Amino acid sequence: MSFLNHLISGISLGSIYAIIALGYTMVYGIAKMLNFAHGDVIMVGGYMCFCATTYLGWPAWMGVVLAVIVCTALGVVIERLAYKPLRMAPSLAVLITAIGVSYFLQNAALLIWSSNPKTFTSVVTGEALSLFGGQMQISKVTLVAIAACLVIMVALMLFTGKSKVGTAMRAVSEDKGAAQLMGINVNTTISITFAIGSGLAAIAGVLLCSAYPTLMPTTGSLPGIKAFTAAVFGGIGSIPGAFIGGILLGIIEIFAKAYISTQLSDAIVFAVLIVVLLVKPDGLLGKHVSEKV
Amino acid sequence: MNKLKSYAASKRGRDTLLCFGIVIIAYIIVQAAIAGGGISSQIKGLLVPICAYVVMAISLNLTVGILGELSLGHAGFMSVGAFAGIVTTTCLADAIPLAPLRLAVAMVVAGLFAAIAGVIVGVPVLRLKGDYLAIVTLAFGEIIKNIVNVMYLGLDDAGLHFSLVNQNFQLGDGGKMIINGPIGVSGVTKLSTFTSGVVLILVTLFFVLNFVNSRTGRAVMAVRDNKIAADSIGISTSHYKLLAFVVSAAFAGMAGTLYAMNFSTVTAAKFDFNTSILVLVFVVLGGLGNIWGSIIAATLLTLLPELLRGLSNYRMLIYAILLIAMMLFNNSSFKVRLLEKRAMRQMEKAEKAGGKKEGA
Repeated sequence: MSFLNHLISGISLGSIYAIIALGYTMVYGIAKMLNFAHGDVIMVGGYMCFCATTYLGWPAWMGVVLAVIVCTALGVVIERLAYKPLRMAPSLAVLITAIGVSYFLQNAALLIWSSNPKTFTSVVTGEALSLFGGQMQISKVTLVAIAACLVIMVALMLFTGKSKVGTAMRAVSEDKGAAQLMGINVNTTISITFAIGSGLAAIAGVLLCSAYPTLMPTTGSLPGIKAFTAAVFGGIGSIPGAFIGGILLGIIEIFAKAYISTQLSDAIVFAVLIVVLLVKPDGLLGKHVSEKV
Repeated sequence: MNKLKSYAASKRGRDTLLCFGIVIIAYIIVQAAIAGGGISSQIKGLLVPICAYVVMAISLNLTVGILGELSLGHAGFMSVGAFAGIVTTTCLADAIPLAPLRLAVAMVVAGLFAAIAGVIVGVPVLRLKGDYLAIVTLAFGEIIKNIVNVMYLGLDDAGLHFSLVNQNFQLGDGGKMIINGPIGVSGVTKLSTFTSGVVLILVTLFFVLNFVNSRTGRAVMAVRDNKIAADSIGISTSHYKLLAFVVSAAFAGMAGTLYAMNFSTVTAAKFDFNTSILVLVFVVLGGLGNIWGSIIAATLLTLLPELLRGLSNYRMLIYAILLIAMMLFNNSSFKVRLLEKRAMRQMEKAEKAGGKKEGA
């Protein structure tokens, strides 16, 4: 029974990673940049929801909406101010700028909310689901996280696959210049991508803080790195890949914690990533791009 | 004299002289300032870390700038070197009473250990490409941090005792724990001095600059510029990639020893992802492949938070804004225009000089 319990908590953590990884993968797939500030947008989302529910006394759903709106706007502003001028610059320059943005968000949060950890009240309330005569408990947060993750993944796949904006995104991802010639507004498309990615980060932030209720300015960085790992694991740029990568990473982490060693769980997660990349250098579902002379 | 002049006129010679010049002049100025009492104790405390970061930046520049592969786990090698160095100095405390010599031996041992770690990491990592390579170096950096974090190492008359995860050995009488799991190392004898740091920088510069300007270094740069072309003219790309990576790791290890020997307590958590990123920032801001740029960037950016101390809580925020602003400026059309203007002036100058020669 403990095995099933661990599996469930692994999937729960995995779905949160998956939501963050979906945001990462969208941005990477279209803008071709590693957005290191993504983890800190998660943190901002968490704080927004915290402020709305604790300081202003708003109901939970309004807190979530506020978090999504603020983070979406934040994502677009960051993209416009910091990344857009670097569209033609080498990718390392963009990477360092993203790190600068990450420092900025963390330190701004430190000034506003101080480094004292805040206790987040879960946005999902209600009794835990009890199975097998109480031997197995599944909390509501877990159910909501898994459901949200599935809904988001399917929605994103439909959006990028069927809608006009989604087609534009795929075109920009394939070839920016050609997309522009076809009358696609590349800048708007990239902004929309950032908006979606940051909105997802807000949802992930709220869920993360609901499941693990301490909120600090550095809350987002480690989940951010792990979700990035998850995105690479599944093949960066691929939406189902990010989903599978996230879920697997969550399960591996919880199992490593439960059966091997709490302190070494991160090392094990990363070791698995390395093995996977050595066997499949483009991730589980990544597309292999052959080298041209 | 003429030889020196023509050497200084070549790009390679100018860069080499500039590197050594900056370090030596900075050393003299700082020593003079210390003697004159013109340096605050906070800045004094930063001198050794600055030296360590300069060596880190030079060594990472070898990987990122010269070899052209992004590494996000360089702090891992620093960590290996730091702890190997601490263990060596503790073991040799009686054998070598002379502190600078002990530190030098520790650095060599640390460099060897970091080089071994470099081989272990490099063989699988260098098979990958681009962002995948970067994420795997990140993963290795985190793995090294986690393993060092659960390492227990003690010394008694029977020799070294070692265990992972739990301390499952008992030390004999007079035994001493060296590495104590997550608590790390405490009671380190501070062997690092500013002078030893500068000596390490000079040694690193000597090796790295000679490496870059050697046949091997040119082969490494050929691999960076075009792997397929390098392959086709018979350069063993994987061999040269690994070589550059391992040399880079070894110097990071030495920097780790220098850094660790400056503090009385050292934990594995110090050498985390953020440290790797910090060093990467030095390298990118200093300019990829530009060694003296790395030296200046590492020095200034380590000093910057201290210089901004007057702004108290806002200093890290301003640091972040400055970082973004510098990156934006470096890639702005404004700078491109400035560079174009300079190039134009130089061309005009060259034309004039050429005209004079023809006239004479």
